[in-house]
Amino acid sequence: MTTTDSTPLVVPDFGDEATQGRKLAIICSKGNLDMAYPALILANAALGEGVETHLFFTFWGFDMITKSRMNDLKFTMLGNTATHLPQGLGGLPGMTAMATHQMKKQIHDIGVPDMPEFLEQIVASGGHLWACRMSADMMHLDESDLYDDVEAIISAADFIEKTDGAQIIFI
Amino acid sequence: MTTIHVDSEGFLTEYGEWSEDLAAELAARIGIELTDEHWKAIRFLRADYPSHGETATLRRVSVLTGMPIKQLFTLFPGKPAKKMAYVAGLPKPRGCV
Repeated sequence: MTTTDSTPLVVPDFGDEATQGRKLAIICSKGNLDMAYPALILANAALGEGVETHLFFTFWGFDMITKSRMNDLKFTMLGNTATHLPQGLGGLPGMTAMATHQMKKQIHDIGVPDMPEFLEQIVASGGHLWACRMSADMMHLDESDLYDDVEAIISAADFIEKTDGAQIIFI
Repeated sequence: MTTIHVDSEGFLTEYGEWSEDLAAELAARIGIELTDEHWKAIRFLRADYPSHGETATLRRVSVLTGMPIKQLFTLFPGKPAKKMAYVAGLPKPRGCV
């Protein structure tokens, strides 16, 4: 702790210039609730730090931006040993719904937005959303099926071009 | 002469040492001229801190003041949450969202 006069000599370095050139690309390849949130939280944090941020949705990650599914992402205990419960339980009828409900409640209780509100916040913060061409073709979806703020359906090559010099996170 | 306490980065460490005049000066130091809209966010942060026990995150400021996220990015460019906290004389927010 420093004691100074009424005019503090130390001014925080918000690194505005340093972050101006920084770019982050997050590839979202999973549609599970618990795999969607890490991407959303990191994107939101990066934007709050002034970092140009791009999200690329591909394969199962398409669920995060598909209008008919984005409100209904799920969490399942099956195949997830981190719940520390017998795997057989996860296969019982209604368990995925119950686990999803519980996780959504936990997310809500700490003030973190639901989907798709979280995407809204990311877009309002300047984030860019891109959909994968191959996934759209495979699933027979076009822009009308996708969240309105998705900027375009682009090819993998387009994405590589757009994220020139970016740090890339694959989830 | 008033004495204030700051951490190694320049953020105030004593809630009670903040004043509106000081806020205007802190803002000027990071290139922000305070308007009524800036004050709306700053006054919320000041009022929220004692009861909430920590600095409001960007989302909390937006939800509870009704100020859109976009506007907060315009008012405090680049790193809005940290800049608001600095001007409001509060620690950097610790929440993730």
